[in-house]
Amino acid sequence: MTDRSVRLLLLASVFVIATCGLIYELIAGTLASYLLGDSVTQFSTVIGAYLFAMGVGSWLSRFVERRLLSVFVQVEFYVGLVGGASAALLFGLFGQVGSFRVLLYALVFLVGAMVGLEIPLLLRILRDRLEFKDLVAKVFALDYVGALLASLLFPLVLVPKLGLVRSAFFFGMLNVLVGLATLRLLRDRITWARGHALVGGLILALLGTGFALSDRLVSWAEGATYSDVIYARSTPYQRIVLTRGQGDLRLYLNGNLQFSQRDEYRYHEALVHPGLAAAPRRARVLVMGGGDGLAVREILRWPDVEQVTLVDLDPAMTRLFSTHELLTALNGGALASPKVRVVNADAFLWLQGQPAAAWDFILADFPDPSNFALGKLYSTAFYREVRRALAPDGVLTVQCTSPYAARRAYWTTIHTLDATGFGTRPYHAYVPSFGEWGFVLASPAALPPPSAGLLPPGLRFLDAPTLADLFRFPRDMAEVPTEVNRLNNQALVRVFEEEWKEHAH
Amino acid sequence: MISRRRFLDAAVGAALLAGCEREKSRVVPGEITGASFRRGHRLWQGGRFPVAAETLRCDVAVVGGGIAGLAAARRLDRGGTRNIALLELEDEAGGNSAFSANAVSAYPWGAHYVTLPAEEAGEVIALYEELGLITGRDGAGRPIYDERALVMDPPERLWMLGRWQEGLSPKLGASDVELRELAAFQRETRRLRDARGADGRRAFAIPVDRSSRDPEWLALDKITMGEWLDARGWRSPRLRWFVDYACRDDFGATLDQVSAWGALHYYAARNGIAANAETDAVLTWPEGNGFLTRRLREGLEDRVHSACLAWRVEAKPGGGSVIVDAWDFRLERPVRWEARAAVVCTPLHVTRRVVPALRERRLAPPPDPAPWVVVNLTLDRRPAGQGFALAWDNVLYDSRSLGYVVATHQRLDRPGADAPTVLTWYQPLCDGPLGPERVRAMERTHADWCELALADLRRAHPDIDRSVQRADVRVWGHGMTRPAPGWTWGGSREQWAEPLGTIHFAHSDLSGISIFEEAYTRGVLAAEAVAAQMAAV
Ligand SMILES: Cc1cc2nc3c(=O)[nH]c(=O)nc-3n(C[C@H](O)[C@H](O)[C@H](O)COP(=O)(O)OP(=O)(O)OC[C@H]3O[C@@H](n4cnc5c(N)ncnc54)[C@H](O)[C@@H]3O)c2cc1C
Repeated sequence: MTDRSVRLLLLASVFVIATCGLIYELIAGTLASYLLGDSVTQFSTVIGAYLFAMGVGSWLSRFVERRLLSVFVQVEFYVGLVGGASAALLFGLFGQVGSFRVLLYALVFLVGAMVGLEIPLLLRILRDRLEFKDLVAKVFALDYVGALLASLLFPLVLVPKLGLVRSAFFFGMLNVLVGLATLRLLRDRITWARGHALVGGLILALLGTGFALSDRLVSWAEGATYSDVIYARSTPYQRIVLTRGQGDLRLYLNGNLQFSQRDEYRYHEALVHPGLAAAPRRARVLVMGGGDGLAVREILRWPDVEQVTLVDLDPAMTRLFSTHELLTALNGGALASPKVRVVNADAFLWLQGQPAAAWDFILADFPDPSNFALGKLYSTAFYREVRRALAPDGVLTVQCTSPYAARRAYWTTIHTLDATGFGTRPYHAYVPSFGEWGFVLASPAALPPPSAGLLPPGLRFLDAPTLADLFRFPRDMAEVPTEVNRLNNQALVRVFEEEWKEHAH
Repeated sequence: MISRRRFLDAAVGAALLAGCEREKSRVVPGEITGASFRRGHRLWQGGRFPVAAETLRCDVAVVGGGIAGLAAARRLDRGGTRNIALLELEDEAGGNSAFSANAVSAYPWGAHYVTLPAEEAGEVIALYEELGLITGRDGAGRPIYDERALVMDPPERLWMLGRWQEGLSPKLGASDVELRELAAFQRETRRLRDARGADGRRAFAIPVDRSSRDPEWLALDKITMGEWLDARGWRSPRLRWFVDYACRDDFGATLDQVSAWGALHYYAARNGIAANAETDAVLTWPEGNGFLTRRLREGLEDRVHSACLAWRVEAKPGGGSVIVDAWDFRLERPVRWEARAAVVCTPLHVTRRVVPALRERRLAPPPDPAPWVVVNLTLDRRPAGQGFALAWDNVLYDSRSLGYVVATHQRLDRPGADAPTVLTWYQPLCDGPLGPERVRAMERTHADWCELALADLRRAHPDIDRSVQRADVRVWGHGMTRPAPGWTWGGSREQWAEPLGTIHFAHSDLSGISIFEEAYTRGVLAAEAVAAQMAAV
């Protein structure tokens, strides 16, 4: 082994080490802000902790007196192991550990301290092989270049192409390889070289397996926050997650439960049938939201329904519920029915372009008004459009959150419909996985109570006495005075947020 | 390990906070738009224009196609005077209420909102009824506004202490003393809102000329807003910032450059009522007041002569008509109009050069308007940030800019996570002497302006460099007038507005306050005066 090639190897490792060190830090910062939100705080505290740990590591290097090479090799292995597995650990343990922050900062500190050890050790190893000014110039120059490479690779290649978990494993392997190469070239100067090589090989194999299984690891991690994820996908509009634990199929959008297979029939029967049983005609039906096709399944029980138009924003949702076996079994293939037309569009904009009096029955089954964008779909402006599109004696049904957990929010929606010139009949149903849930029937004309005699056969929840009961409100959900929800006050979003915050506590 | 640490800081800072150094120095595509200053400055450079050989004839020549000019032309047209010629320097009429559009959204270049009109603004209310912005009246007779034009909730937020707070009043982290001052100021402006003079008029009305003339109120025209605050012992930096922000926002001037009357008018004249909105609500559209521009232009297209610089407006020797000489930049040739009357709707610094006869009046010069820069940033996603949700108007505490408005705010659809948007970022350049500020503004490059805007926004949106796709810039050399002390009620303002025979004047400069309502009302009233004059002949 010539001195020159040893020098080259060691300088090359400075470059690799610098790249890896920065990558771990970027990954921790990104994951922290992804999982915890609040990116500015997460980034700056992670950077701070990391730099501090590096300082500690640098300082600790003075206690390494002998066997510099051997220590350096081991540091490479363990940085590789911990740094490489860091993203997978953070992801996987997010839903499991009591204090995620303790885990996060422990990992950041560990990796930072080891990265801090690297350069001082290398400087000392190279001390006798280079003149001091040369040494400092070369080591720091490479260090900088490595960091630049990392900072460019990270946003441009790693995050988009490999993803965080896989990138971490990849750079972990690079660290281990640096250790193994050093070991190989300088084995005659390192005691117990074989043993080290074995450990290094083992860690490399571990990281390689992690790299290969990254995809599964991520979905397993999602499963840890829910349970038994069978499908997870982020669309531009939402994160769709399907789980199936103990035979119960559940859909979550942005982490909020949309239905549980166990009791969804209660929700969907209550959502659909009272309105259709009150409507004088049922030929033309419009469903807004409800891309899961479960409401459409109920609607198709009515033989006099001639055509159903389903408008859902997210093509990924309607595609999933038209194609996935489990799901088409659940919605009875409703979205494939020849009577059904699926439109992927924004309901508000789409409705504005529709002719007047085009529908006999309209169903608004949107996500709860948890943000300003969704609040618009419960506003006087929106209901005015609905009114225009509805036949003069047509019926509208709206899902409007829980009258128990969010009583003012519920009545705000009712009063908003009143203010838009609808006559209303509020009602509610108990759905175990949701709790007490609220709906309303509305019509521009006089609204008769739904006639139970018309209910289609085969229902599991509704019958005549139950139907009548839905319209009775016990005292703890009874009407309260509220504002009207307009685009320019978003009164609903504001009370909704307050009430659910209280309810969650 | 100091140097390693430092480089790491730098690398991390660049990579994380701004999406890499690479992008900070990246050239953001876009252009500096608006040709007016090069065209307009031909008036200054003494370059005499040749006179046209042939004379075109019309009933009324309207000079300047801002809101005032469009309002005048439209009023004449609706009143049956169809043979009019509107000469506009720019390629499109609109003036300070200009707008553009790209694939993402329409967006404003200047004016972007109007407040709800109170009963004094009868002309404006009638217009809003005509345009369908007022859709009806409730039982109490209060107008019902088209909800899609009322600014949607949330209207405003303020970046301070590292996060966005709701509303513009800088309350986050304020001490008790500061909160008390802010509250006291608010109480005082509330009181002034309802104040009326002995003449029964509101102390502060829109249009300005319909305000009370009680000496008690007019005295406020003689002191600056800074002095008014001093006199009350209100010195907290937060209140000062709040008021100074308002002055820069409405007048492009600091609180020491405007009168107390003018500054208080900003707060106290917001007296509109609506059946379905609060008094301080505003109306806005993706293209800002460009919406109103567009609606005012409708039906006048064939009478608007754009890219035409009027350089002389004079009574014809011997009387009976007005001669307007202009230069047509599109045809590269002079044009001359002979009209029975003219309405000159240009800013006063232009009017005084274009109408030679005005010089004989020896009027006090109008306040010099500050230059402004507006940058329209097209982003591939809505900006992320700490704290309260994205609002329509987003202001940064302690910045010399006015922050930005979001062109897509009034959209009804639910934006996806990666929905693009356009932000309109404003800054009046009023911190130094205006002459040098203006010269500097004309010298700055597109890259300079981009960096000015992005550096300002990076504080609140560290990821902005990554999402900005385009930045289009407009520099307003003479942005808008301001109520300099003594200008509103010192007497000369009214004299500037006096017609010269059949030459009439209409421009928001004549009100000392540059808002849509002033420009529009002046245009309408001038048109009515012209029509009456012509009918009398
Ligand atoms: C950046 C900015 C933001 C603003 N924001 C608001 C706002 O939010 N709300 C609000 O109410 N107001 C706002 N304003 C005020 C705005 O000035 C008024 O609302 C209104 O547009 C003024 O109209 P105007 O007709 O009085 O004047 P201008 O818009 O100045 O119109 C004058 C017209 O004359 C033309 N012209 C000039 N010289 C000649 C010539 N020699 N020959 C022919 N044509 C000529 C000009 O090109 C222009 O079109 C803003 C102004 C600016 C600059």
